[in-house]
Amino acid sequence: MTTVKSKVTIKGTKDGLVFFMDDACSFDELLEDVREKIEHSHQQILSGPLIRVSIKLGKRYCSPEQQEQLTQIIRQKGNLVIHTIEADVITREEAFAERLKSQFSIQVNTVRSGQVLEFDGDLLLLGDVNPGGTVRSTGSIYVLGNLRGYAHAGISGDTQVIIAAAVMSPTQLRIADVISKPGEEWTNQSGGTEFAYLENETMLVAKMNYLSRIRPDLGSKKREG
Amino acid sequence: MGIGIVITSGKGGVGKTTTSANLGTALALLGQKVCMVDTDIGLRNLDVVMGLENRIIYDLVDVAEGACRLPQALIKDKRFENLSLLPAAQTKDKSAVSPEQMEEIVTQLKREFDYVIIDCPAGIEQGFRNAVAGADQAIVVTTPEKAAVRDADRIIGLLERERVGMPKLVINRVRSHMMKNGDMLDVEDILDLLAIDLIGVVPDDDYVIKSANQGEPAVMNHESRASIAYRNVARRLLGEAVPLQPLEQKGGVLHKMRKFFGLK
Repeated sequence: MTTVKSKVTIKGTKDGLVFFMDDACSFDELLEDVREKIEHSHQQILSGPLIRVSIKLGKRYCSPEQQEQLTQIIRQKGNLVIHTIEADVITREEAFAERLKSQFSIQVNTVRSGQVLEFDGDLLLLGDVNPGGTVRSTGSIYVLGNLRGYAHAGISGDTQVIIAAAVMSPTQLRIADVISKPGEEWTNQSGGTEFAYLENETMLVAKMNYLSRIRPDLGSKKREG
Repeated sequence: MGIGIVITSGKGGVGKTTTSANLGTALALLGQKVCMVDTDIGLRNLDVVMGLENRIIYDLVDVAEGACRLPQALIKDKRFENLSLLPAAQTKDKSAVSPEQMEEIVTQLKREFDYVIIDCPAGIEQGFRNAVAGADQAIVVTTPEKAAVRDADRIIGLLERERVGMPKLVINRVRSHMMKNGDMLDVEDILDLLAIDLIGVVPDDDYVIKSANQGEPAVMNHESRASIAYRNVARRLLGEAVPLQPLEQKGGVLHKMRKFFGLK
């Protein structure tokens, strides 16, 4: 039998070993090759002190049972500790759950001085942000309470996000890279429900009923993802 | 089993020790068995305010290290038979005692006393963690100043993580005329921000300073306005519904009559 291309490539990094799995062959072929490598051909490098192992599955989707099968084979060697199993693909359900999770979260508490609340996605806070307290998120921030502290929306650079508060009296606001505080481009008008947004890299604050004119697609954009 | 109450504030100089001394004494005057614990190791004050400095033999650190038994370190106040003090050490620092040791000491005291009043040092470091360790409840002291309220807010945030439940608020050193003119944060503003239950508003009163220097807690005096306020805090703590004292200075009938006759 002539040598075929190996299904498993093992590489050493400073964090341990990385197993790159071929994603074009069948799962059984892959298992066979892993077993061969572990049990026979690679004895020298696969013995000795504890080594962390990361498995890269490439564009192959492995069910939890299949992952378990791989783990079983590699675990035979007492010194190999499986650290992560990563694939470039996930199921539809996982993707959906991931999207839901990162899109919108509701928090019920008061952010007091010295506390930092940080989120991925849009954040609805039911409570106050006190002076010295900080709220940060990659998306928009909506505070159903008194915003007296710091709020930073779009921390990874999104300039379309807004910061809205039932009572807007912040110490400082940030959207993406723009920093602003009351009295600069805007002043506390009513202390009522207002929102801050960016226009030409300048922060502006308007009454909530202008939102539909300024960011008409804020709601629909989120629904489509 | 008694109740451990920590008196804390974050910021220094707002009246934690004064509140501890007066609240402890007021509770004792109301017939409760009270032990006050000074946890401000290295900067002890409570013994001075109580006028018990010269009677210290053992202290909190001695108890924690096992150099003496707990009852040996307690100073019984001869003026009030229900009141005892466990003083802090003056020579060590906050790391001389661990939160576990504090919890053990306070638990022991709670078997003996109805109320264990724990005077907390300023700051949020080990001294704070020690003081909070044995407490079942917390009273946060603040003054109507922005900086004090900010620190009180921080402390409330930290207390939320402990098992002391929702803390209660004492607003200390209130000057009614400044509040009325809007030069000072008013009670409403403070409550709106901190969003915890108010248990007392103590007016700024020269007598408090005088009495502390004499080593006599202000509540021993029945005329002082701060004294009345502190005794009301104690009564509220015991579950009595006591309305807040009016903050106006000398707003009584006599004063109005004098004013009417131009006697001022």
